[in-house]
Amino acid sequence: MNIDNAGLVGMVSIIIAGITTGLGAIGPAIAEGWAVARALGAIAQQPDKANTITRTLFVGMAIVESTAIYCFVVSMILIFANPFWNYYTQK
Amino acid sequence: MDITPDNIIYWQWRAITLNATLLFTWLIMLLLVVGSWLVTRNLSVKPKISRWQNMLEIVVEGINNQIHEVSQQEPNQYLPFVGTLFIFIAVSNLLTIFPGYQPPTGSLSTTVALALCVFVAVPFFGITKQGIGSYLRHYLQPTPLMLPFNIISEFSRTLALAVRLFGNIMSGSIIVAILISLAPLLFPVIMQVFGLLIGIIQAYIFAILAMVYIASATRNHRTNHGANQPSEEEIA
Repeated sequence: MNIDNAGLVGMVSIIIAGITTGLGAIGPAIAEGWAVARALGAIAQQPDKANTITRTLFVGMAIVESTAIYCFVVSMILIFANPFWNYYTQK
Repeated sequence: MDITPDNIIYWQWRAITLNATLLFTWLIMLLLVVGSWLVTRNLSVKPKISRWQNMLEIVVEGINNQIHEVSQQEPNQYLPFVGTLFIFIAVSNLLTIFPGYQPPTGSLSTTVALALCVFVAVPFFGITKQGIGSYLRHYLQPTPLMLPFNIISEFSRTLALAVRLFGNIMSGSIIVAILISLAPLLFPVIMQVFGLLIGIIQAYIFAILAMVYIASATRNHRTNHGANQPSEEEIA
């Protein structure tokens, strides 16, 4: 089986897209789990401060989550808006 | 399946294109402006107020309280900017329950525009609050060695704001589109309801982060007082 340049670009893009999201989601997932666990512990100790803790938790989780979102955006660009793929198919 | 609504073009004349992002942004602006005008046309302070006025009061009051809690400052000066950000993003995310609607926040152009507004607003509020010299000095804050990092963080947090909102909303619509082709019955609905929750949370986070950035630029003088303030509240 012969693979031309376009096929190679497509194959590598799909594989890397999967690896990017897969690896990139690990760190934020662990971090968010810890953050939620700590926040629940804090709410259990100080239920009156639940508002402040929840707000800080949401903002912090959004910041933690953004690295995973970056990876996801890179994957989506590789799949749906791949610049190299467009270059080879239009040539 | 498109990654951004910019590619859906409804009308084109020479260099001018009307794509889905623009169209739905205008629709939301129209909805918000006309809706607010209709509600605020006859405000009353009688014991019985109209239900729409009640709703708007809840929204404005809630945003006011959040701004006050985050910044510990008079919220009225920040309410127009932060409140507009929140309401625009929240409405544009919530309207996804209508079929055929493409959220403008799912396009990188819109989110970058919103993030650039924050990027401009932070020095604006900072300089009006404490003067240009004092504002620029906080770039040298712990030591002058940190100057390049402070400048980089200014740009990277703008990028992060834009990409975070874009990624969340875009991923929501893409997941629903993929699920419709895989398991069209019932399951996309669950993800769409989840998408509504994410939309509100992202709107909240965008507004709160904008407020946190503005507060950190305006509150430089009172860092020592600021450290004491929460403890006084805790005692009370």
